[in-house]
Amino acid sequence: MTSSYNQRDWTVHPSYFSENYKSTHLRSPTKAPIKIEQTNSELTAPSFFPLINHEQENDLTKNGAVNGQQPLGERIVVTGRVVDENGKPQPNTLIEIWQCNSSGRYIHAADQHDAPLDPNFFGAGRCITDNNGIYKFYSIKPGAYPWGNHKNAWRPAHIHFSLFGPAFATRLITQSYFPGDPLLELDPIFQSTPKKARKLLIKTFDIEATEEGFALGYKFDFILRGPKATPMEK
Amino acid sequence: MSFKQTPSQTIGPFFAYGLTPKQYGYNEIKDIASNDLNSEGTIGERISIEGIVFDGNNEPVDDALIEIWQASSSGLYVTSKNLKDTNDSFSGFGRCGTGTNPQRKFSFTTIKPGATGDNQAPHINFTVFMRGLLSHVYTRMYFPEEEGANQHDSFLLNVPKNRRQTLIAKQIPSNKGKAYQFNIYMQGVNETVFFDV
Ligand SMILES: [Fe+3]
Repeated sequence: MTSSYNQRDWTVHPSYFSENYKSTHLRSPTKAPIKIEQTNSELTAPSFFPLINHEQENDLTKNGAVNGQQPLGERIVVTGRVVDENGKPQPNTLIEIWQCNSSGRYIHAADQHDAPLDPNFFGAGRCITDNNGIYKFYSIKPGAYPWGNHKNAWRPAHIHFSLFGPAFATRLITQSYFPGDPLLELDPIFQSTPKKARKLLIKTFDIEATEEGFALGYKFDFILRGPKATPMEK
Repeated sequence: MSFKQTPSQTIGPFFAYGLTPKQYGYNEIKDIASNDLNSEGTIGERISIEGIVFDGNNEPVDDALIEIWQASSSGLYVTSKNLKDTNDSFSGFGRCGTGTNPQRKFSFTTIKPGATGDNQAPHINFTVFMRGLLSHVYTRMYFPEEEGANQHDSFLLNVPKNRRQTLIAKQIPSNKGKAYQFNIYMQGVNETVFFDV
């Protein structure tokens, strides 16, 4: 077991309070988090992979389809690696994914946007990284949707991702965006990320990952907190 | 070559069908975890935990996700490495959203964790996610009846005395097993202590 992980790098993570993202105002902690030495509680993580049938759950173009029909929208394949800060691949890492459909509507009961639901699209799935830390999802390119944060507020197209990694300390929930989206510049959630780190949240279009006659390919790598470097480990 | 950590983003309001589908009535995908950590083969003292996440206006948050991670009754964190060595069918991981209870409570049924043998008092690790929270927070729940052990716990000792009570659950009446209340305050005079894990 790793003896400890690097702290969260606050030069890349958003601060809790964001003037322009209104929901943070009453929900962001106001006191600095207390520093600790990591213990077993932070250095271990639950084991999921016996529970999951990877083959069935990483294809969102199929897992909500009814009677063999297909969801509407542009088919995409999203693939990449999960590595730590030293570039070391992270195998057996659970990745959960959820998103809205191609017209910008979530299946979630609380989503009030009046864009249509797609009867053949559920919008959630999961997979486990392979021995080289590689993951792959098939889906539909999500649409933009309005969210009422300010006048004419629209979220840029994004996919929500949840990752565990090797430890409770490496837990990460994030969103990844699409290249060239004009809404990125106007989105307080994306913009809450420190400027130099924003590109880390944008997928790259990748012709190599693109599947002939089937789906446009996008690459996205996740970088989780790595083991703290100690002289002993060199 | 060094790699920068992938920045965190908020979980947003619509995570439930992906992360806690069964709790919210979606059957398309299976849960990986629920708010009931116990099964018949679980060894240990059954307990239940409930709480509300409050925002800075003292309003209950109805779109938070709570995750817990805890040791078994023998003080073991069950991971992929030691899964085969334990005959206790206890994974130690639970999830609950705050959107299905009328009072916006989260709740768990689990067992009381054992001491992990490194001078820490028995505790349950919490992560909290919600719309408006750009990066998750980490906290811990301790047990009120463990006064002695709590006094020597390195995490609690790092916390200013006047804030320690935010980490200690309250025992509440129950007719089946011990029950605890553990509310989480994002802001205000009772702001819960969060750790820089
Ligand atoms: Fe979203």
